[in-house]
Order: sequence, then structure tokens, then C-alpha cells
Amino acid sequence: MSIELRHVSYVYSEGSAFAHKALDDINLTIEDGEYVALCGHTGCGKSTLVQHLNGLLAPSEGQVLIDGEDINGDHVDKRRIRQKVGLVFQYPEYQLFEETVAKDIAFGPKNMGLSEKEIEERVRRAMDHVHLSFEKYAHVSPFDLSGGQMRRVAIAGVLAMEPSVLVLDEPTAGLDPRGRDRILGMIRDLHREGHATIIMVSHSMDDVASLASRMVVMMDGKVAKTGTCREVFMDRTLMDQAGLGVPAAARLCTRLREKGLPIPEDLYTTQEVHDAILKLWKEGGKC
Amino acid sequence: MTDNPCVQVSHVSYTYEEGTQPVLKDMSLTVKPGEFLAILGHNGSGKSTLAKLLNGLYLPTGGNILICGMDTQNDDDTWNIRQKAGMIFQNPDNQIVATVVREDVAFGLENMGVPHDEMVERIDNALKVVRMTERAQSEPHMLSGGQKQRVAIAGVLAMQPEIMIADESTAMLDPSGREEVLEVMHRLNREKGMTVIWITHYMEEAAQADRILVVSDGEIALSGTPREVFSQVDRMRELHLDVPHMASLADSLRKDGFPLPSGILTVDEMTEEVCKLLCR
Repeated sequence: MSIELRHVSYVYSEGSAFAHKALDDINLTIEDGEYVALCGHTGCGKSTLVQHLNGLLAPSEGQVLIDGEDINGDHVDKRRIRQKVGLVFQYPEYQLFEETVAKDIAFGPKNMGLSEKEIEERVRRAMDHVHLSFEKYAHVSPFDLSGGQMRRVAIAGVLAMEPSVLVLDEPTAGLDPRGRDRILGMIRDLHREGHATIIMVSHSMDDVASLASRMVVMMDGKVAKTGTCREVFMDRTLMDQAGLGVPAAARLCTRLREKGLPIPEDLYTTQEVHDAILKLWKEGGKC
Repeated sequence: MTDNPCVQVSHVSYTYEEGTQPVLKDMSLTVKPGEFLAILGHNGSGKSTLAKLLNGLYLPTGGNILICGMDTQNDDDTWNIRQKAGMIFQNPDNQIVATVVREDVAFGLENMGVPHDEMVERIDNALKVVRMTERAQSEPHMLSGGQKQRVAIAGVLAMQPEIMIADESTAMLDPSGREEVLEVMHRLNREKGMTVIWITHYMEEAAQADRILVVSDGEIALSGTPREVFSQVDRMRELHLDVPHMASLADSLRKDGFPLPSGILTVDEMTEEVCKLLCR
């Protein structure tokens, strides 16, 4: 399923003294099966953009097309769109509300009018995806779980609708390293094995570097650059302007090259730099 | 700076409900005035419980805690302790109570009954330290997360505490907001000798502290300078924690026979050591 944004602009509080243009003529296509990282500092418009992807916000100008269909067209069923494009908000655990984990996850499928049997199967599958045992947790109150577990329940609630595109707004914010690795591993599996299209908003360039197939960098409501992580990280001027931290491994490469070491300039993961340094060491090192 | 500890935790245990597992087990530690102490630990390790015990929000079920010589279990000192040991929490939106920045900073002072003229002076100073003077008349909801946290810090500062306890105060901020808040805390520590207890998930933040305590399962698992703690890469991973990227790279290079010294934490240090070995 492809998503296309054509000349999308969005103005908050249009016509009032507080009018603010959050998106400014965005053109962007996301193809089926991509893992896209959406980056940029606070206020650049990322969260506004993701709310356009399933019709929560309608553009002030321009169009959002899903598989060629304008989702804000006159006769489009928004519910159908929201089942196809699942949106996980920031701190989604704040939206948990049911008495048990299973009931909370079943909320979406229930509204889809599915049979009891289908609903339970979906709850089981969704819990399996987020690595929460159905037997152990289905009948527990979500409010008795740890922060990381609550977040996984909230994500499972979106997964239970079985969307083909999953949009996550900073899914690891506030989690400890273990919680973060679990969530990122789970998203990676959904992408690789479940063939879902992933659009992830992230502030962590190190997370992005190891996972995303493409980066979209936003600045002042515009798409400033899109490309592979390698291409984007190479553009240091842009990274600085967009207020994004370059991964530590990429910074090390720059420093080592300044010292005259023949290290390729486009490395950005710790593993790549590790291999490059060892290679130089084995060749006897030279400046 | 004297060497008398301003925080003394002696054999402290804490249990939320009788009959359940203790969250803290016989924990002892001291913090010296002027120290910048980082506390690391995964979710549920007990580090936030420890923070809440330090300013008397919780009382120990065993052992005792002295803050500037005052016992947190002594009811008469509760308010004095909270004034000496100010606390900043995780969520910037949960800490703002007023509709104007300046009034929010005034909140604690009004409750203390500080005279008007002194109050004005203290608020001005606090806002200046966190560089929010120009936003004094702003509505808090118009501020960024980092700015809101700085307002929260100003509110605590205005109470003239000796110790600042920050419980994951950067967890909900973006990288630039995180930098702003950490910079303010380091400046307070450096210039005013403020004692800082900095609870965090970010290894890069802990790397800038004077000392790190790693809490796991209600006990202190590791303690030492950032160099000492982050050299123990395998142990940190066992505790479900990371080490800064450069410490992890140094460790994996060493394991593959590249003879780097231990204790590398930053890109600068790594650059220097790699050059020593390769530029001959």
C-alpha cells in the first residue's frame, strides 16, 4: 500500500491571531514495505504530518492519497482508512482504559464488527507480536504493568486492527534501554516478517541508523531532505540546521579523517567503524 | 565545600505493601556537598523510589535517611527537608501549576510565606539562572518541553535548595531540550556548588557526572567514576543497561585484539587513542 502526499499544507487555528503554518507544501511518497524514519526537531511538523496519514487531520491545501485514493474525498469511509493505517501516538499508554489487557486490545477489532472468535484470535496474535504472553497477561489490569509493558499493550491495540501501514510517533520515548530494544526489535520483526510498511518518528539518530531504510528530514514544516541514512548523515550542514545529532560513530569517522587516517567518510554504524579500524590495524596502520 | 555528607542513606529498605517484595534492600550511600551524582538502573530497579525517599515523599520501612543532618522520618523537619532537597520530575506538563511562568515560579515561595520584595528578587534570580527571564510573562503551554522543565527548575531554585534531585527529567524531551536542561544543572553545580542527584536512562548524560551509582533489584550493583563504571561493559549489559557508544566500540575493538586502553568515553578520547595506535 503506498501513501502519497501532494502539495500538502496545514495551518493550525486558521483565520485567528494564532494561525500557524505547520506543514508547508509537502510532497512525499512512501512505498509499500518501506521502513521510513521521520526526523526533525520539536515543532518541525512531524507529528502534524503523521496525523494526516490516516485522516485524523485533513490538509488545509493539497491531497493525501492512499493507493491512489484521496482519503479526504467526499465518500471515503475514514474508519476503513484508519484500519489500513494504524497510528501509535506518543506515550500511547496514557490512552489505555479497559479493565483487562485483552479487553483493551480488543477495543479496535470490536468496533470493526468482527466475530468474537476473530476478535480473540486477533488479540492473541497482537499480544504475540508484542511479546506478551496471552495466558499470563490477558486478564491482568493494564495499570498493573510496567511502563514498557503498558506501551506494548497500547501498540498491540493498534496491531489488532491488522493495519498494513504502521505509523509510530516516538515509540521509545522515556523507556529504559531494555524497553527500547524490545520495542525496536518488535517493530523490526513486523517490518521483516509481517511485511508491514513502517513510518517511525524518532529523535534518536542511533536508533534510526540501525533500522530505517530511508530517512525523511523535516524543517519548518517542509521536507528538507529524503534519502538513505548514509546520504542524510553525510550532509552535516543539513543535520546541524535540522537540529539532529549525528551518530557518535559518524562523528568519530570525521575526526579520524581529519587526523589523516584513510577511513571511508560515509560510515555511520558502530559495527562499520569497528571493522574499518581493525582493517587499518591489520594493514599496519598509516597516516 | 566540606566533606560532611549532605545525603546519608543508612541501611534503607522500602516495601510498598506489607508482605510484598522490598523495592529497596538495605541500601547505604552518601553524597558529598557539590557532587554531581548520576543514578542509573532499568525500569523497576528502585531508583525512582530512592529519589522519593530522599525528600521525604516516602519514608523508609527500615534504616534511615539524613538530609543535611535532618532525619526524613522526623515530621517536624519534612518541610525543611523539601526546601533543602528540591525535586524535578519526568513529565514537564505535570509540574506546572500556574497560567503564567512567573507565577508558577512563585508558587513554592507563596506557600512558604516569603515576604513580597524578597520573593520578587528570588524569582528574578531563578529565571535568570535558567535563562527564562524573557518568557516570565508567557503562558506555560506555549513553551517547549525543555523550557517547561527549566521553569520547573526555576521553581525549585527559588526555594534556595542545597540539593537538586532530578528523576528522569530529560526523558520526555527532544535532544536540544535535553541539552538545555542538563546544561543548566551542570552550570548550577559548577558555579553555585549545587549538589545534583541526576537519575537518567541516558548513558551519555551519566558519563558527564562526577560519580555513577547503578541500582539493580533494589541494591547498588556498581559505583564509581563514569570511567570505572562504563569500563565494565559486560556487567552493564547483564544489568540491562548500555554504555556510551564509544565505550562499547572500545570494548569490541579490544576484544578483537586492538589494544585500546580502558576508560574511553567520548569521541575525542577515542580519536586520540586510535591515532596513537595507527599513526606511527
